[in-house]
Amino acid sequence: MSELHTVRVTVNGTVYERQVEARMLLSDFIRHELGLTGTHVGCEHGVCGACTVLFDGEPVRSCLMFAVQADGHEIMTVEGLAPEGEMHPLQEAFHEAHALQCGFCTPGFLMTLKPFVETHPNPTDEEIRKAISGNLCRCTGYQHIIEAVKLAIKKIHHSDAA
Amino acid sequence: MKPPAFKYLAPTTVDEAVAYLAEYGYDAKPLAGGQSLIPTMNFRLAQPAVLVDLNRVQELSYIRPAEDGGVLIGAMTRHVQVERSDLVAQRLPLLHETVPFIAHPQIRNRGTYGGSISHADPAAELPAITVAHRGRVQLRSTRGSRWVPAEEFFLGLFTTALEPDEMVVEIALPALPPRTGWAFDEFSRRHGDFALVGVAAAVTLSAQGRVDEVRLVFMGVGDRPMTSAAAPAVLVGQEPSDEALEEAAQRAAQEDIDPFGDVHASAAFRRHLASVLAKRVLTRAVERAQAR
Ligand SMILES: Cc1cc2nc3c(=O)[nH]c(=O)nc-3n(C[C@H](O)[C@H](O)[C@H](O)COP(=O)(O)OP(=O)(O)OC[C@H]3O[C@@H](n4cnc5c(N)ncnc54)[C@H](O)[C@@H]3O)c2cc1C
Ligand code: FES
Ligand code: FES
Repeated sequence: MSELHTVRVTVNGTVYERQVEARMLLSDFIRHELGLTGTHVGCEHGVCGACTVLFDGEPVRSCLMFAVQADGHEIMTVEGLAPEGEMHPLQEAFHEAHALQCGFCTPGFLMTLKPFVETHPNPTDEEIRKAISGNLCRCTGYQHIIEAVKLAIKKIHHSDAA
Repeated sequence: MKPPAFKYLAPTTVDEAVAYLAEYGYDAKPLAGGQSLIPTMNFRLAQPAVLVDLNRVQELSYIRPAEDGGVLIGAMTRHVQVERSDLVAQRLPLLHETVPFIAHPQIRNRGTYGGSISHADPAAELPAITVAHRGRVQLRSTRGSRWVPAEEFFLGLFTTALEPDEMVVEIALPALPPRTGWAFDEFSRRHGDFALVGVAAAVTLSAQGRVDEVRLVFMGVGDRPMTSAAAPAVLVGQEPSDEALEEAAQRAAQEDIDPFGDVHASAAFRRHLASVLAKRVLTRAVERAQAR
């Protein structure tokens, strides 16, 4: 039963190859096999969004995939947002707008929002709320997160106005 | 929690996939988007011995025009692909309007049409929409293939016409007839959560503006998508007046559904929601039919 499968996957631009059991969740693979502990695990049933990563560029729940399924694919985790140690505009905006308190939910919000802020130069509040509907935060009450999204969009798309 | 151990098979063709299902029968489960199956495995509510992962079967992922003016959707087509499809927006506006109500963006990036209808959660949107559209589902096994009308595919709570060695390969959704209006609405406690109640409507008017045909399908208030018999009985042949639509909605919510009560809402409240939502979607469907 505990047959091993080879997983070869690109994470934040680096190629990793590991032997894993089929039942290993992608979230555990990222944290335990690759040591990238920025990806958080809250519920393991798809409800909280803390484990969100980009899978071939699209946000997905890493707790609802098996690592074997990532073989040959490309993943980006929160560590990939600041490769040179310099924060991504989205991270700066979260910092400046007080969009986090304990920070447990933050990696999931950031990975959910990265493609959203890049492709939505002028979203409505409603669109922002829908974009983050799959991420739970128990601290901030969300309002500051929405402010941070607007600030990040300003930084990315309207930098002369910022 | 962590899922139990299983044997993992990753076919790349439908023929290979159904051969595995034939070989392992009741012990095997197809793995589509995993957005329902993996949570139940993480909780150990499901412990399949074998998973047949369909994610590398490319031939199951498509949205194609059908000759009858409708659309053919491959079982592994993800919710997000349906949501972004221009063909669906043009030909199946009811489906187009409904998909954004399914779960959250991250889940729509993985979850599939075939997975949703095979799972047959009575509170899910796609089973109800497939029934509202008079859709048909194509099943395949090593024994051959067969088409099942949506209404006969959903048999009860998480139960479908699928045999253990069969899988869904395609969903065929015919276009709505001319002079037909549509609408979908639901009530959920938070956006993206499973709804307490949802209702889809399609209303066809005659050239004189009377009601020719009504489809009113409820979700979340029975063990499967519930098609109203009362709404057509009240409306067909009539002018779609506000009073007539009100009566149709009230009677449908009394006669055609079987809501349950739980910690989120009592059965009586669900029935109330069903009548309010039914009136709302019937009204919007009639307005759209008149505008066409
Ligand atoms: C937090 C959360 C919220 C959600 N909210 C909603 C919601 O509001 N509305 C909604 O509709 N859904 C919701 N879902 C479920 C989601 O839409 C799932 O994607 C969908 O129900 C199942 O599709 P899947 O492709 O992920 O299937 P899987 O989880 O892979 O499979 C589900 C079942 O179908 C079987 N199966 C899959 N494909 C086939 C096939 N081709 N042939 C035969 N059997 C097959 C599997 O063996 C399994 O038993 C939610 C999920 C989560 C985690
Ligand atoms: S840990 Fe994946 S959604 Fe909560
Ligand atoms: S900052 Fe604590 S959960 Fe969001």
